[in-house]
Amino acid sequence: METMQLLQMLWFFLIGILFVGYSILDGFDLGIGAMLPFLAKDKKDITALFTAIGPVWDGNEVWLLTGGGALFAAFPHVYATVFSGFYLALMLVLFALIFRSVSLEFWSLDETRRAFWKWAFCVGSFLPALLFGVALGNVILGIPLNDRMEFTGNFFTLLRPYPLVIGLLGFSAILLQGCTFGALKTTGGLHDRLVAAGKKIVVAYAILMAVSSVLTALFIPWSMGNILAWVCAAIVFASLFLTALQLGKGSGFQAFLLSSLSFMGLWGIAGSLQFPNLVRSIDGGGLNLDIYNTSSSQLTLTVMLIIALIGMPIVIGYTIYAYRVFKGKVAP
Amino acid sequence: MDAVILSRIQFGLTAGFHFIFPPLTLGLTLVIVIIEAFHFKNNSELYKKISNFMIKILGLVFVMGVATGIVLEFSFGTNWSNYSRMVGDIFGAPLAAEGVFAFFMESVFLGILVFGRNRVSRGVFLLSAVLVFFASHLSGLWIIIANSWMQTPAGFAIEGGRAVLKDFFAAAFNDSTLIRYLHTVMGGWITGSLFTAGIGSWYLLKNRDLDSSRPLLTTALWIFVAIAILQFGSGHGHSVQVAKTQPAKMAAFEALWQGQNGAPMSVIGIPDPAQKKTNLEIAVPKLLSIAIYFDPGARVQGLDDFKEEELPPVVLSYLTYHGMIGLGSLFALLAVISAVLLISKRIFETRWFLWVLTVAVPLPFIANELGWMAAEFGRQPWAVYKVLKTAEAASVVVPAWQILLSIIAFSAIYCLLFAVFLKILFSIIRKGPDNITIGYVGE
Repeated sequence: METMQLLQMLWFFLIGILFVGYSILDGFDLGIGAMLPFLAKDKKDITALFTAIGPVWDGNEVWLLTGGGALFAAFPHVYATVFSGFYLALMLVLFALIFRSVSLEFWSLDETRRAFWKWAFCVGSFLPALLFGVALGNVILGIPLNDRMEFTGNFFTLLRPYPLVIGLLGFSAILLQGCTFGALKTTGGLHDRLVAAGKKIVVAYAILMAVSSVLTALFIPWSMGNILAWVCAAIVFASLFLTALQLGKGSGFQAFLLSSLSFMGLWGIAGSLQFPNLVRSIDGGGLNLDIYNTSSSQLTLTVMLIIALIGMPIVIGYTIYAYRVFKGKVAP
Repeated sequence: MDAVILSRIQFGLTAGFHFIFPPLTLGLTLVIVIIEAFHFKNNSELYKKISNFMIKILGLVFVMGVATGIVLEFSFGTNWSNYSRMVGDIFGAPLAAEGVFAFFMESVFLGILVFGRNRVSRGVFLLSAVLVFFASHLSGLWIIIANSWMQTPAGFAIEGGRAVLKDFFAAAFNDSTLIRYLHTVMGGWITGSLFTAGIGSWYLLKNRDLDSSRPLLTTALWIFVAIAILQFGSGHGHSVQVAKTQPAKMAAFEALWQGQNGAPMSVIGIPDPAQKKTNLEIAVPKLLSIAIYFDPGARVQGLDDFKEEELPPVVLSYLTYHGMIGLGSLFALLAVISAVLLISKRIFETRWFLWVLTVAVPLPFIANELGWMAAEFGRQPWAVYKVLKTAEAASVVVPAWQILLSIIAFSAIYCLLFAVFLKILFSIIRKGPDNITIGYVGE
């Protein structure tokens, strides 16, 4: 295999890892945010949930920024096509992320508008949690592209049934992250509500997973021969079953790990269906955007690999340290 | 209006709003490291209290920076997709590297600063403060690398219509990176130190928090004294670099209509592009030649040396550049007065000057914005100097009405956020260092 090809494959994999990191870590604070008004009975509950995610949510969001930057650097055409093509949807995500970033601090310190900031955090978490999955569903199903790699659809192209279901699937995975992490950090009634919500969500997640599998068979029939995707789907179902068992016993770190494993499984399916494509083209228009026709030069991919190999182990090291500093239940 | 103009307005608006916060972050992290070092050395409750107070403010400022920064990371794809295709091979790497090397570290250790005072030792806490300082400055370096490559591109070749990386270090450390970085960081330190000094001054004027206000004022003011004077040197170095590597930009900064030997330096005036002259101008003869080449007879290129269609907007470039220099001169004057009052130990009693320091707090923010605008206006019509025109950099598939819609939304959201930000900032300052609680308050 040529070095260039190897680098392109590596970067497909590494960007996948960044998105997995984002899903697992920011997933739980997005999930807690989306459920916040429904789980928190009073200011104490909100303070507890904010304190659980306060020290870490921002570091978690950096996985998204780094993933976006890495996509830009490694596969600039994909970054250009998707971000300009999905303009309105992306603006919606950005507005949501802006509101969500400020709303913890603002809720705490802008006392006259507390209800507003609570809902800002909820909606600001809900929209990205749903729309990231919709976006992924679109690039898997395929979008209309011309021969200059430009998107030729419109906003409503993005709202086809298949991507919407994938969006709901991703949303349920994010909610489960929120429940399992939230339960780990809280006590009393709030903890019990998180566990109860988790038990319901794990069922909804499994049903959505089954529905998505059927829809994938219908809309993307060739995918049925992909063994790796089946293995990953089995991992998703198995880890959901085990998460449900753990939630039945109460809560704990295992439930969070298993929920995270199911999320990895989802990404495993997406990755094995996509490889080596990044964005599929439908309607016979343009080319698929794959890792070979969209990538940066060999030198850029090499420099980026060096940056990742030096930087990411250090990042993972101090991230684990920080989680250990804030280990344990937050004070009620 | 066409999509390119709208995308430029949107980028200007979102980047300009974002750029209020990072320079302040740089300055505040410097102040906090120094205060925290005092606390570590003396285990003094006073410095701990002051540090907690400044960290509370830093947390608020940082959150605003994060919220407004995400937009920019994605804007190259959403609004400038042609740019991303043409130069993504070079421009994407610094953005990714910023995340890997700097932004993770800044976020994680800021979490420890804001929430972890009672969970880690004094040493680890000081280390966290140092790492937040280090990471925020490293983050700035990667962003300046990206911006400087647009100003003075290097280390690449054009292959198949795209810029392709040939030498990473030449691209990263191009002609303008280091001097621009120095100048920008010092602008941040001026911003953060004057901001802190302003708070200390206000407490003194109100005759409150006297225990905290004195160390706040003196610590910050000494930083301000040193940096506001040194900034003249970095500003000079940056101007020389611009004159040598982007001569059309310098011609626009100075509104030098004709290239000439022994060029004058314009101090003040109103450029009139139609008449090709500067009205009401005060200029110092030969000073521009001396400043750039250290030679009163040296030739400086004027606006007439360049093609009309490759000239930046002269009025905007001139006014923003001179506005920045005017403010910089004012800071140097304030620094000299501060030094005299500090050395003669009269600073706490000189009420008129405490008022000056308090009302001067917004000025460095304006100077930062003007300097950034001068740099960006002066690069036009290029997105990447002499490589890619701004008009060819925009997205082709995004209709103008969608950009107009997002501009309206950004404007409304940013107005709301800024109003709430100021309200909270003032309420933290009004409560003062004695009433700071760590973490979120629900009651």
